[in-house]
Amino acid sequence: MLTLQCPYCGVDAEETELHAEGEAHLKRFGPGSSDDDFETYLFMRENPKGVHFERWRHSNGCGKFFHAARSTTTLEVFGTYSAQTYEPPQDIKDKITAKYPGWSWREFA
Amino acid sequence: MSNAVSALNSASFEGFATVTETGLRGMITLRGDLSSAKLKAAVKAATGAAIPDVRRVTTGKDGMAAWMSPDELLILCDYASVNDTIATLTAKLTGEHALAVNVSDARAVFRIAGDGAREVLAKLAPVDLSAGAFQAGDFRRSRIAQVAAAFWLNDDNSFELVCFRSVAQYVFDVLKVSAQPGGEVGFL
Ligand SMILES: [Zn+2]
Repeated sequence: MLTLQCPYCGVDAEETELHAEGEAHLKRFGPGSSDDDFETYLFMRENPKGVHFERWRHSNGCGKFFHAARSTTTLEVFGTYSAQTYEPPQDIKDKITAKYPGWSWREFA
Repeated sequence: MSNAVSALNSASFEGFATVTETGLRGMITLRGDLSSAKLKAAVKAATGAAIPDVRRVTTGKDGMAAWMSPDELLILCDYASVNDTIATLTAKLTGEHALAVNVSDARAVFRIAGDGAREVLAKLAPVDLSAGAFQAGDFRRSRIAQVAAAFWLNDDNSFELVCFRSVAQYVFDVLKVSAQPGGEVGFL
């Protein structure tokens, strides 16, 4: 079972208190954007074997959205962090690099 | 106006712990900046309670304040005085980006009391309810079986639990099953 610490209320929440909310750090392309950008925003997702960044919601808890960095193969969690950011914090990226040198995910590495 | 009644009209169940629907209770959702001096003064004036720390409840002479999220408190008070409490909050929060809403009739409150109270909840919520981990004044939003709920531990070692009124019967039923004599685990 996956356990993630909610960065807003500090609870070590197990999976049943949480709701998966898809990929993290998506940039929204709305009305007025090009068809290509809009299609990419709507449909194109990472599906990595390994390091992944996701959005979660503490739905049976404080209700807040947050981000999590984890591995899809080992289920290890590198850390969780605020949703009010455009990129993963450096300490989490460092932690991933220590374990998986040379990793990359979208524009992050 | 018709008489207000609580969801289960103070229904009670005697198992290895006692489960009681506690009747009408004033409940107010207060959203705003919890670090603001104005909000702090408003909560003090309305309830006598201080702003609770993360996942804690505080008690004043006219009510309680519970930490719901980084920008939300649940204010508990007498059902009869809920409109006055909201009036005080709203007046004190003039000019502040905040909102106080009466949710009393949208919720139900249960009390779980007795030696086995911790176990009754521990069977239903993914929360560490051991004496060392969950202490008087601690507050937790979680789930009870399949529905959202929040609960806290009083000084007298009884729990109080808040859920949506629409699921009051479900919550009462699962609490009864959990408190069934013979279902003691004897671990907590
Ligand atoms: Zn949370």
